[in-house]
Amino acid sequence: MQLDAKVPEGPIEEKWDHHRFNLRLVNPNNKRRFRILVVGSGLAGASAAATLGELGYQVTVLTYHDSPRRAHSIAAQGGINAAKNYRNDGDSVHRLFHDTVKGGDYRSREANVYRLAQVSNEIIDQATAQGVPFAREYGGLLDNRSFGGAQVSRTFYARGQTGQQLLLGAYQAMMRQVHAGTVDLHNRVEVLDVVVHDGRARGVIARDLLTGEVLRYSAHAVVLATGGYSNAFFLSTNAKMCNATAIWRAHRKGALMANPCFTQIPPTCLPQSDETQSKLTLMSESLRNDGRVWVPQSHDEDRHPGDIPEADRDYYLERMYPAFGNLVPRDIASRAAKRMIDENRGVGPLKNGVYLDFADAIQRLGADRVAERYGNLFEIYERITGEAPYKVPMRIYPAPHYTMGGLWVDYNLETTIPSLYAIGEANFSDHGANRLGASALMQGLADGYFVLPYTIGDGLAPRLGEEPLPTDHEAFEEAAAQVRGRVEGLLSVNGSRTVDWFHRQLGRILWDYCGMSRNQPGLEKAITEIKALREEFYSDVNVTGSSDDYNQALEKAGRVQDFFELGELMCRDALYREESCGGHFREEHQTDDGEALRDDERFAHVAAWGWRGLGEEPSLTVEPLEYENVTIATRSYK
Amino acid sequence: MDLTLRIWRQPRHDTPGDFVSYQVTGVPEEASFLEMLDLLNEQLSERGEEPVVFESDCREGICGTCGLMIDGRPHGPWGNTATCQLHMRAYADGDEITIEPWRATGFPVIKDLAVDRSAFDRIIEAGGYISTPTGAAPDANLIPVDKATADRAFEAAACIGCGACVAACPNGAAQLFAGAKVAQLNMLPQGQPERYQRAANVVDTMEAFFGSCTNHGECQAACPKDISIDFIAWLNRDYRKAKLSGRQAG
Ligand SMILES: Cc1cc2nc3c(=O)[nH]c(=O)nc-3n(C[C@H](O)[C@H](O)[C@H](O)COP(=O)(O)OP(=O)(O)OC[C@H]3O[C@@H](n4cnc5c(N)ncnc54)[C@H](O)[C@@H]3O)c2cc1C
Ligand code: SF4
Ligand code: FES
Repeated sequence: MQLDAKVPEGPIEEKWDHHRFNLRLVNPNNKRRFRILVVGSGLAGASAAATLGELGYQVTVLTYHDSPRRAHSIAAQGGINAAKNYRNDGDSVHRLFHDTVKGGDYRSREANVYRLAQVSNEIIDQATAQGVPFAREYGGLLDNRSFGGAQVSRTFYARGQTGQQLLLGAYQAMMRQVHAGTVDLHNRVEVLDVVVHDGRARGVIARDLLTGEVLRYSAHAVVLATGGYSNAFFLSTNAKMCNATAIWRAHRKGALMANPCFTQIPPTCLPQSDETQSKLTLMSESLRNDGRVWVPQSHDEDRHPGDIPEADRDYYLERMYPAFGNLVPRDIASRAAKRMIDENRGVGPLKNGVYLDFADAIQRLGADRVAERYGNLFEIYERITGEAPYKVPMRIYPAPHYTMGGLWVDYNLETTIPSLYAIGEANFSDHGANRLGASALMQGLADGYFVLPYTIGDGLAPRLGEEPLPTDHEAFEEAAAQVRGRVEGLLSVNGSRTVDWFHRQLGRILWDYCGMSRNQPGLEKAITEIKALREEFYSDVNVTGSSDDYNQALEKAGRVQDFFELGELMCRDALYREESCGGHFREEHQTDDGEALRDDERFAHVAAWGWRGLGEEPSLTVEPLEYENVTIATRSYK
Repeated sequence: MDLTLRIWRQPRHDTPGDFVSYQVTGVPEEASFLEMLDLLNEQLSERGEEPVVFESDCREGICGTCGLMIDGRPHGPWGNTATCQLHMRAYADGDEITIEPWRATGFPVIKDLAVDRSAFDRIIEAGGYISTPTGAAPDANLIPVDKATADRAFEAAACIGCGACVAACPNGAAQLFAGAKVAQLNMLPQGQPERYQRAANVVDTMEAFFGSCTNHGECQAACPKDISIDFIAWLNRDYRKAKLSGRQAG
């Protein structure tokens, strides 16, 4: 298979403009003759649905949540980037583009990233007009901060709740369209398969989560805005219900999965506290602006942190990276923390964290200033751990958080299945091997408000007059029968282990071998172990209850079933990519002082995998990445 | 620690429910309240019994999915805390805890501890937005908002839509939820053109689902986000003005 990314010709600054001009348009009166299914109501899905509805398309939104406002985007804290240059500190579209490509360790597609930077400013305008209460200065204008080590202040924020406020803005815009009758909203509906006929996406099969009814939705185009797959690790910062089923089922129907091993594991999460732990909590990255990271020099330290004198502490980030210190990028800070734990210098009852200490900041700024900046985060921390960071240093450790990999899409955000689009975290497009802080919100909203609504029309325009496939068509019959079979299959095993038990085992394998650092024997072992565990799942899982009822164990079982297959592909991709780049660190490929070693000769490309059947080796297609507007360099933060 | 739980079990919305007692054993003190319920469900599943349905997602106090009546208090004993943020440090070995769903006519029970809160979506749909089609917005800094107003709007916007206010209210009223949204939008310059229409539409829709407010103030005490009842005054004022000027819900 040849991959055509459909990147337009011309200088990078003009590509999107040219492309928009060349895209075919659907006449305003004809838009209502097209039905578009949007799966997901997070930032990407809600913004797309609102905009498509405003344009006059007939939109159907499906979400498994009880309300679209609960999508995982609601939990994003830190902020959203844009190239406004309101600070006059030298920011520009080109600089945001450049930083994003560099931050992604030169594994993203230049043209997509440039467009992202170009539309970033409109997102801030749109959100502000909707009433999103961004932080402001005394003069009444918008405030910015620097985030994740960026050298310019380009991050817009709404206290520690930026995702919530942006999502509510998009959700409200979408609800306005529900009221106007252009968006038809279906809550508590989980998509379990994509219907493909004659090589084109025709609709989806879903399950009503309350009644168990198997539902069929037919449309001219299907948009997956279903988020990321960090929950493959079981313990992650994602919401409990986040899952990969929609993209994985699309993958099984022919959509290629790109760079599935690119996952982000940021350093500032709370370490696991006990066996029952169900998820991990992210603490905003901004804490590293004032907190100092350290571990004891000695590995059998048992004194209280306050009693450990300076000489017995190792401020290892400041030591190893004097130029950036505590503000090195996420992947680098995380790997350094892992090294400390591996050297047995971890802290806390389970020795599974490192300290993030605010004592110096409190001395320098006073407790009040520190409270002003981080008060709400300290409160969250204290609620969870019972310890006050004003007195005792925080304990942090990396946790899976974001997945750069996802469905392969071209410049139009269309997958390798015609008429099937993927937007937001569900696609792979803009972040390469590592995502910069505050750039996921930007990308989700760019895709939904400003990119997809244009590009989708190009695919629809020539199909005027075509009716969506009837839902009693054999393609629907077949897909619905498969879904029903899968559901009944899960219920009929009647084994002895719970779904969560299996999910925890899978998570442990992925964390140990396909987490912050990876090597060949480990990944090979993981692939074997995942297969064995999957077989055990099919013979020994216990899913209680019935299929025609609200059955949460059944929902989870289906999700875990797909995580097994995706988890295996993550390991295969990590095994294939014999280089270290961004969040992907292969131990065999590092410099003498332990830094990532990219191999641009062999791996300056996207690895896109195709499904060939359960237990079969997947197919591999590559999309070469060419850099014409940034010079490839080694990231250095020393 | 080991605990006795009295949990409301109700198979369907149209069947009667009742309390059932369960023992849950080996709960770590570090666990969250919902992790304690996870553990109960694991123990039930291992015995082949059907797990208790309760809803949650973010488990960080921001999505508003969780929400349980714990010993008669919405979201449990800690103030300004959503159920998912409550931790077992709050309890001791041997405690008995009673757990119920939200009870309000506006929130019918679906199963066990899960309720249907889609009436909140209907309220937002009726007017909880500012009409700005994508692409029509001016540069963000063309609309200055003084910091005090922006901060106040943020405080109202912090509502997570959990419904504790309704559950706490003896009348099952939704004024705090509706007031917070209307106040947020109506105090901002962007929200002025639709201000009174918005108040009228939101209130009229709200009244179709929920009881009426008689100023008990229980809502604010139960709210995990400390949303102030002052916003209800805001809602009432704009609603009165809307009705006086003869604006009809549209
Ligand atoms: C704790 C945390 C903090 C973060 N902070 C930041 C930040 O400060 N800045 C930043 O830029 N990014 C941040 N991120 C990342 C960012 O929040 C996400 O990448 C982004 O919100 C994803 O949006 P989305 O619309 O793609 O998906 P989501 O918001 O995950 O939405 C997915 C939607 O799809 C639906 N769905 C999924 N599968 C199905 C199915 N099978 N059937 C039906 N519906 C389905 C869900 O119901 C949901 O509505 C953070 C992430 C986390 C975890
Ligand atoms: S006002 Fe408070 S209690 Fe009511 S829904 Fe909002 S957050 Fe929940
Ligand atoms: S689960 Fe999200 S607020 Fe409690």
